[in-house]
Amino acid sequence: MHGRPRKAYKPEEEAASAAKAVKPRSLQSQFMSNHHNKIYTKEAIELSTKLLEINPEAYTAWNYRKLAVEDRLSRIESDPDLVKSILDEELVVVESALRQNFKSYGAWHHRKWVLSKGNSSIGNELRLLDKFQRLDSRNFHAWNYRRFVVELTNRSEQDELQYTENMISTDFSNYSAWHNRSVLLSSLLARRADGFMPNEKIPEEYKLVHDAIFTDEDDQSGWFYHLWLLDQTVNVETPLLISSWPSHGSRINLSGAGCLNDSSSKLPTFCFESGSFPLILYFDQDVGGVSSSTVKIDSELKGNEDLVWEPVSKKNSQVSCVWVARLKYMSSEPSFRKEYKVNVRIGNSPGIVSSRGFNFNAPYEFVFTAHVHDTVEESQESIVSWTDGFDIWDAQSKDLNSLVTLDQLNTQMDLKWRQEALAEEIDLFHALSDSKIGKLTLARLLKAEAMISGDAVKGVHYEKIVDLYNDLMALDSPHYQYYKDEHSVALLHKVTSSTESLSRYLFQYKDMNNAVCLRLNNLSLSRIGSVEKLLFVQMLDLSHNELHSTEGLEAMQLLSCINLSHNRIRSFSALDSLRHLKQLRVLDVSHNHIGKHSVDTTRYLCSSPLSNSEWTQDEVGRQMPTLVTKYWDAYFVFRDLNLKQLDIAGNVIAGDEFSSFVIQVVPKLVWLDGQKLRR
Amino acid sequence: MADKLVADKHVRYILMAEKKKDSFESVVMDHLRMNGAYWGLTTLDLLEKLGSVSEDEVVSWVMTCQHESGGFAGNTGHDPHILYTLSAVQFLALFDKLNILDVGKVSSYITKLQNADGSFSGDMWGEVDTRFSYIAICCLSILKCIDKINVDKAVDYIVRCKNLDGGFGCTPGAESHAGQIFCCVGALAITGNLHHVDKDLLGWWLCERQVKSGGLNGRPQKLPDVCYSWWVLSSLIMIDRVHWIEKSKLVKFILDCQDMENGGISDRPDDAVDIFHTYFGVAGLSLLEYPGVKPIDPAYALPVDVINRILLTK
Repeated sequence: MHGRPRKAYKPEEEAASAAKAVKPRSLQSQFMSNHHNKIYTKEAIELSTKLLEINPEAYTAWNYRKLAVEDRLSRIESDPDLVKSILDEELVVVESALRQNFKSYGAWHHRKWVLSKGNSSIGNELRLLDKFQRLDSRNFHAWNYRRFVVELTNRSEQDELQYTENMISTDFSNYSAWHNRSVLLSSLLARRADGFMPNEKIPEEYKLVHDAIFTDEDDQSGWFYHLWLLDQTVNVETPLLISSWPSHGSRINLSGAGCLNDSSSKLPTFCFESGSFPLILYFDQDVGGVSSSTVKIDSELKGNEDLVWEPVSKKNSQVSCVWVARLKYMSSEPSFRKEYKVNVRIGNSPGIVSSRGFNFNAPYEFVFTAHVHDTVEESQESIVSWTDGFDIWDAQSKDLNSLVTLDQLNTQMDLKWRQEALAEEIDLFHALSDSKIGKLTLARLLKAEAMISGDAVKGVHYEKIVDLYNDLMALDSPHYQYYKDEHSVALLHKVTSSTESLSRYLFQYKDMNNAVCLRLNNLSLSRIGSVEKLLFVQMLDLSHNELHSTEGLEAMQLLSCINLSHNRIRSFSALDSLRHLKQLRVLDVSHNHIGKHSVDTTRYLCSSPLSNSEWTQDEVGRQMPTLVTKYWDAYFVFRDLNLKQLDIAGNVIAGDEFSSFVIQVVPKLVWLDGQKLRR
Repeated sequence: MADKLVADKHVRYILMAEKKKDSFESVVMDHLRMNGAYWGLTTLDLLEKLGSVSEDEVVSWVMTCQHESGGFAGNTGHDPHILYTLSAVQFLALFDKLNILDVGKVSSYITKLQNADGSFSGDMWGEVDTRFSYIAICCLSILKCIDKINVDKAVDYIVRCKNLDGGFGCTPGAESHAGQIFCCVGALAITGNLHHVDKDLLGWWLCERQVKSGGLNGRPQKLPDVCYSWWVLSSLIMIDRVHWIEKSKLVKFILDCQDMENGGISDRPDDAVDIFHTYFGVAGLSLLEYPGVKPIDPAYALPVDVINRILLTK
């Protein structure tokens, strides 16, 4: 089926082929008869041998042989010599089948089955494997079989590690050997075996993989191993808190829905209809176990005992990077106090655990002040504009505390060997950075170094990284979009690397109590990043970019308005993350590609009936089953949101039918495509 | 250099191959006729020509392949195996004939193949492979009875097969391979568990399968092959990273693998054609939104309208 040259069709060949088919066809029908009648005589077994010689893929014949072996074994009353000879015969048949086709699943499995009955020496098996490795060092059947034999015989991981080293020094272009090495080494490192401490081993491994990367710049054998080494160098197993909202030392202004009494204030005020504000914790990896036992809140705000913490993730999931609890601040009783201090302590009691099983053990405490304002009991239904009514950012406001990176990362690691290893790699790759892999690796190394360095280094690094990705987009154009995505992420790192650079993109929307608006439009962004630095944002303008998904935005729990017009959104399933934004009231997805493509690339990344996730229809859904089936991904997204204002014009899907569907699914919608709805 | 899809020639090629039972080739492929049927018929459906086959004839043949145990064999007379059970179910789904099945019987064959660690065996002889995990999950999901297996444990086992390069192998510790990756990612997609995939890491590994000719290989340093247009492409689509390859170059590669005279698609340009590669080539073109080819679902490997009909309506 693979690698056979195409031959011109000749009728005489058809006749020859039919003639050639006669013998195996008659063998097969005789075999079937023996099999169905459970005949296990010497002649019958010999017949199956012949059949397997012609066609090692005839899986029923391998099954038959197992039955024949079991039958014979049952008749000889465990005479060890006889048993050995029966099983040896099977091994010979397997070996000859493998010579025909050394990728035959049936043959390899038969050998494993025979071996599990005892017999053969490990020496034999390893010799056989050596033979196959020399024929094809990438034969994954052989490598799998090797793992099987190793397990059966308890060969040590260190010995197997040496085997991979032998293979690599014979020929570095052996991805299979590098893969096996990574499996063995990570196991030895994880259990801190003798002589396998990361600070010694990882630098050694860098040296080992250099040849594989630099000898042939197109050979990928060492690329992924090097990337794994980089991961081992910078990533810590234990989970860390990287951001929160409100942040330490900040002062937030809160009110209920509606206008502030004091309209002269220039400070952003957060208004929540529910009278409670979200307290957001952002970790560097998925964790579970965030609860009122593991997070202690001290405050004079009443009604917040036994807070419920929820992960921002799919319905059944108990883990997430982002956790939210809602603190009540409006009470029915008149209060004298206007200012409330809130003290949050995380991780003093054990219980927060990463999804890989590591405990959170870096207790952290932060304090912020909530200032509650009176409101005038009035709420307007005026349309939100993205162009008019904005002030530039009030430089007096100190609410960019959230940009200060929590220093958790640096205190957790034993930095010295990590910094040295990175510095050495960076030097090396600087000298050899003309190739694609050279530039790409350098960009990744710089990013890694930025992660564990101070702000000054970060700023400079992200400039260089953006440049490198610009180079790569030109150098390796088939992978342009990969480098574009990385470029966007690096650009956002740069933008958020200091309060000074970020404030150039911040505005305040007067009509909404000076809501904080971040404008990232017209930046050619194909991907969102640095969200942990942007938790305080209420209005987000991402218009005129190249986004095809809102992945990542779910953490920005304060968002009430999002502008995604003029992007590359192809379906509503790509907007799935917005379902987690309970404050969202204004959404603009006009002028995108919704309905234009027949292939939906986010169909399985969202909660959907196709992925056996919960799909219960509500009352509205039950009334229009055909439309719900037709627009199921829109239905899912909209019914979980409480939108007041929506723009969908300029998409293939837009039209009367879709508009009337949306109006029914979103009962509180007031503005559609700039027109006020009459209800 | 080919610049278009010669769909009619491929349709003829498939219909003729289905009838050819006398060649040497068809004898040695006899045991996987069920797979061949699924590949051939799905291709016909993608090219809107499913009506060219006699539905009754093929459906009654399928049923002769079912065993007492509920499982299906590769052909009449052969032993049952999970591989052919899925092909049979997919096949019947194309013709909207799932109602002729005794769902309880088929599902119990599959349920019995789940092991204590969550993995699946291919048949009673115990070979374990993540291909079989995908098959079990896909099959029972189509039959709308996925709760008959222990889904959590099945997912746990698949996650254990995840490698440090972000890919998946056939068993824990096995090397990443595009075919296994499709199976594991597909199984995680169908069960709503794609959060276990490191999409950026795997996405990069997958996009680097595209070689200079525009074709895709299945592992680093291997030759490109049209069948990887499916395994790699569908995986990229399920994790929303397909924009990381150059689609137009891949379209060109697939079109170059056609036999413009006799129909059929081969693994590489100028090699011999076969049904397997014809299916994967057309399926790949479907995922690349090539005109004239119906959209195919990347997880279930069946036309989108078939899957929507089964899963989106009560």
